[in-house]
Amino acid sequence: MMAEIVAKVKRDYIVALAQQDKRADGRALNQARQASVETGLITTANGSARVKLGNTHVLVGVKVEKGEPFPDTPDSGILMVSAELLPMASPTFEPGPPRAESVELARVVDRGIRESECIELDKLSIKSGEEVWTVFIDIDVLDHDGNLIAVAELAAMAALLNTKPPEDKAWTLPKFPIVERPVAVTVAKIDGKLLVDPSLEEEQVMDARLTLTLKEDGSLCAMQKGGIGYFTQEEVAQAYVLAKENARELRKLLG
Amino acid sequence: MNKPEKLMVDGKRLDGRAPDELRPLKIVAGVLERADGSAYVEMGNNKVFAAVYGPKEMHPRHDAKSDMAVLRCRYNMAPFSVDDRKRPGQDRRSIEISKVTRDAFEPVLFPELYPRSVVDVFIEILQADAGTRTAGINAASVALADAGIPMKDLVSSVAVGKVEGTLVLDLTKVEDQYGTTDMPVAIIPRKKAITLLQMDGHFTGEEFSRAIDMAFQGCQKIYEVQRQALKDKYEVRREE
Repeated sequence: MMAEIVAKVKRDYIVALAQQDKRADGRALNQARQASVETGLITTANGSARVKLGNTHVLVGVKVEKGEPFPDTPDSGILMVSAELLPMASPTFEPGPPRAESVELARVVDRGIRESECIELDKLSIKSGEEVWTVFIDIDVLDHDGNLIAVAELAAMAALLNTKPPEDKAWTLPKFPIVERPVAVTVAKIDGKLLVDPSLEEEQVMDARLTLTLKEDGSLCAMQKGGIGYFTQEEVAQAYVLAKENARELRKLLG
Repeated sequence: MNKPEKLMVDGKRLDGRAPDELRPLKIVAGVLERADGSAYVEMGNNKVFAAVYGPKEMHPRHDAKSDMAVLRCRYNMAPFSVDDRKRPGQDRRSIEISKVTRDAFEPVLFPELYPRSVVDVFIEILQADAGTRTAGINAASVALADAGIPMKDLVSSVAVGKVEGTLVLDLTKVEDQYGTTDMPVAIIPRKKAITLLQMDGHFTGEEFSRAIDMAFQGCQKIYEVQRQALKDKYEVRREE
């Protein structure tokens, strides 16, 4: 992926603002951008959701299809998360096979969904060792203005909550089994200051980011640190507090 | 999807349309922030985004042409856009559609204005119901204009097919799958020139000529909706 060049004046400006607890778009450090969640717009999918957080725009479709179980889990359904950083979303995204950024995005979302055990995969067996339901979560990034992981995670969760069972005799459950609503929050560190939901320009100047995925009871089910900088122990604790506050707000959007 | 008993009942189609009637069409210009130009199109149950970047420097540089801009198109289907999940990425079908889409736009552009540069057109099919390439072209056309790329005219596109012996405009998936013919067409409306023409199935000579007429009439209506989408975004209404 081609790196985007950031003007030094812009970098200095964002850093100087952060030092005064301010941000270029006028938000408070602990404030996420305006969010909207729309579900069920793709009728070819079993579930779908479009999430906009500021100008970041992600669409997720869920497909539930029959597949073969893994040999070590003969009675468990399969979860597959893939992400495409569509070249339409940013001048730095290029067509071609998935690169590190889209693989990381898919894997972090996968971890949040899987480790929260929000889908009861053990109920998705059809015939032990032979046939199970596979849940495909496909993430389409349409417009990139930062914080893709948290937006994709929110869209994936909204799409899962919107998922209708496949029209197939082999499906025996009353509904698609979702029992938890994990939410991811990204905290960026700029010159020692922590801020929630970084925009693209903030990501371009940040030292590091930490994405925390929280369950409804406030416990953690996944984390991912990114960027070349570091976090101190106090900063990680502070990031968790920020994430907890914000996850509660974002979860309200899931209805 | 099971084959319906009949595709035409009393001269009407399964969705109640007359043979020469388009599906409901919605076009919005400028829907994405990052791209230089963008558009969203709903053509029946098709849902499509198009985005345009450029003219910009060409990478890799050896693909650039010293005397003109290069147009690149990429048609892509989301994995969840079809009934059976599609594996992500380009397959032979999308590579071909990307190519004929580029060919459909070349005649309306002025590539000589931007030597050594590239204009990228990205088409993303979010939901498919036959005619995705035509919906993609209709979206890309508005996205190119929204990006401020100089054009001789917009390009409008629709398919004509034949089901149970009747020529029909703007086929749905059932009509495409169980009909006998599918012919996507793209035209430059003001010049009345055809820039994309593909066909599979069967037409007699007389049917072919009527089908082209139908395509022109359909494209003319699409053209109006495309223009309106651009007007809705750019028209300056004077205060009284």
